[in-house]
Amino acid sequence: MIPFDYIRAESSAAAATEGCRPETQFIAGGTNLLDLMKLQIVTPARLVDVTRLDLGGVEETADGGLRIGALVRNSDLAADPRVRRDYAVLSRALLAGASGQLRNMATTGGNLLQRTRCPYFYDTAQACNKRQPGTGCAAIGGVTRNHAIFGASEHCIATHPSDMAVALRALDAAVEVETPDGARRLIPMAEFHCLPGDTPQIETALAPGDLITAVLLPPPLRGSHIYRKVRDRASYAFALVSVAAVVRIEAGSFAEVALAFGGVAHKPWRDAAVEAALVGRPADRAGFDAAADLLLAEARGQGGNEFKIPLLRRTLVAVLTEAAKGQMQ
Amino acid sequence: MKTRLSINGETHEIDADARTTLLDALRHHIGLTGTKKGCDHGQCGACTVIVDGRRVNSCLTLACMQDGAQITTVEGLGAPGALSPMQAAFLAQDGFQCGYCTPGQICSATAMLEEIRAGWPSHVSADLEAPARLSVEEISERMSGNLCRCACYPNIVEAITQVGEAETVAEAAE
Ligand SMILES: Cc1cc2nc3c(=O)[nH]c(=O)nc-3n(C[C@H](O)[C@H](O)[C@H](O)COP(=O)(O)OP(=O)(O)OC[C@H]3O[C@@H](n4cnc5c(N)ncnc54)[C@H](O)[C@@H]3O)c2cc1C
Ligand code: FES
Ligand code: FES
Repeated sequence: MIPFDYIRAESSAAAATEGCRPETQFIAGGTNLLDLMKLQIVTPARLVDVTRLDLGGVEETADGGLRIGALVRNSDLAADPRVRRDYAVLSRALLAGASGQLRNMATTGGNLLQRTRCPYFYDTAQACNKRQPGTGCAAIGGVTRNHAIFGASEHCIATHPSDMAVALRALDAAVEVETPDGARRLIPMAEFHCLPGDTPQIETALAPGDLITAVLLPPPLRGSHIYRKVRDRASYAFALVSVAAVVRIEAGSFAEVALAFGGVAHKPWRDAAVEAALVGRPADRAGFDAAADLLLAEARGQGGNEFKIPLLRRTLVAVLTEAAKGQMQ
Repeated sequence: MKTRLSINGETHEIDADARTTLLDALRHHIGLTGTKKGCDHGQCGACTVIVDGRRVNSCLTLACMQDGAQITTVEGLGAPGALSPMQAAFLAQDGFQCGYCTPGQICSATAMLEEIRAGWPSHVSADLEAPARLSVEEISERMSGNLCRCACYPNIVEAITQVGEAETVAEAAE
């Protein structure tokens, strides 16, 4: 790590003011940022520790949803009785991520902002438009096993690695942010993460100094909550592909469907057309296949990740099959 | 930068560069070398210690961020002649070969049993709302953050099972 000044924020206003200064990063659990700082991929001159701020706790909201403080640890969120009961897809996604130790450290805010696991981003000797804008993308034409099949650009083909974010996307969560002028704004998950385009260094809708204060969940969705993650080993590995699903079936047909996909794009991927095509259709194999066809029509492999296309197809079909089985007995 | 840490019940004040991880503070500033550095990137679990009752990777947190925290290392769990139940079980079940991962395994397993007692579910729990169970599958999943290069996993699972079952019996008797 290169030297930095360490500042412990005493209030969110102070954190936001400090956070606006150049070369400054907030630090929460530290599990992603310190990893990147040790490798000198991220080299802040100042670290603002936000962990002493009052941003914890999971509370019920007036509309029947939940407000999750930005500092709630991934392990606490996964174990929260309301999340286990009403938002099982979120518990499942959290439990599928990282390890027990890391989940005890990782925070809700930090998890959303974790950086890509692209090996070329991690190797400072390689060209990477995300790490050093304008240098090119060494991943294109390189080893592309963990790269995107949706929404990639000629400037970046990296994926977002978070499991939690995929569940939050399926649940239509919103991110609450405190801006440096003290205002609060809500960013829907749909708009929180960006596609790479020609500015892959810009990953979210946050502006400098914006502090995540909470994540808001809408009232619970009934139906099967499933998170299926496919990875190289049974535990403690990032997703090759993942599917977060909240599916309600009535009289043998899909009544409500929310699907989000991880490991396949620069952000949690969601496709409204696929969900619309399923609603009203019988929950049978022909329907599952048609949904997978529609989803994968625009998928593009990069060579080493071509396997993700059939893998995502099979994972989606497996998830829909499981949902149908669960609700039609 | 001055930081006050309570380690194994003793208060230590260190004056270290802000870059010092909790792991390096323990080993280099305080001289507690039981905690090991495997990868320094959160990928192996050798550095696991218990902070305010929770197992964490000491390589991925800064000592200064832990100012005021209560930290337990493998040295604090027990001592020669007065081993903790988990330390004794690792010996009884031969839960190691080279021993490098062992302090991290023991700290992790000790805190993991508390997580099961608190009812936390895991990735392999069939029912998220049912009480957490102790099984080989559950132990393997919950301990996946601790790698063992000597592959002593079967005996590690045996050791944890022994302690977990003894605790369950003790609780039932109360
Ligand atoms: C070995 C290993 C395996 C892993 N496996 C998985 C996995 O399988 N699935 C998965 O999803 N994740 C995995 N992770 C990643 C892990 O989930 C993240 O590192 C963690 O969630 C980041 O949270 P944090 O609080 O530690 O963030 P930090 O490292 O503290 O911060 C990350 C970023 O968020 C910013 N930030 C933090 N809090 C705020 C806030 N309140 N407002 C604004 N900005 C903020 C920081 O400035 C920084 O840029 C793994 C990590 C490791 C090391
Ligand atoms: S040394 Fe900390 S996890 Fe490997
Ligand atoms: S006993 Fe050698 S690494 Fe585990």
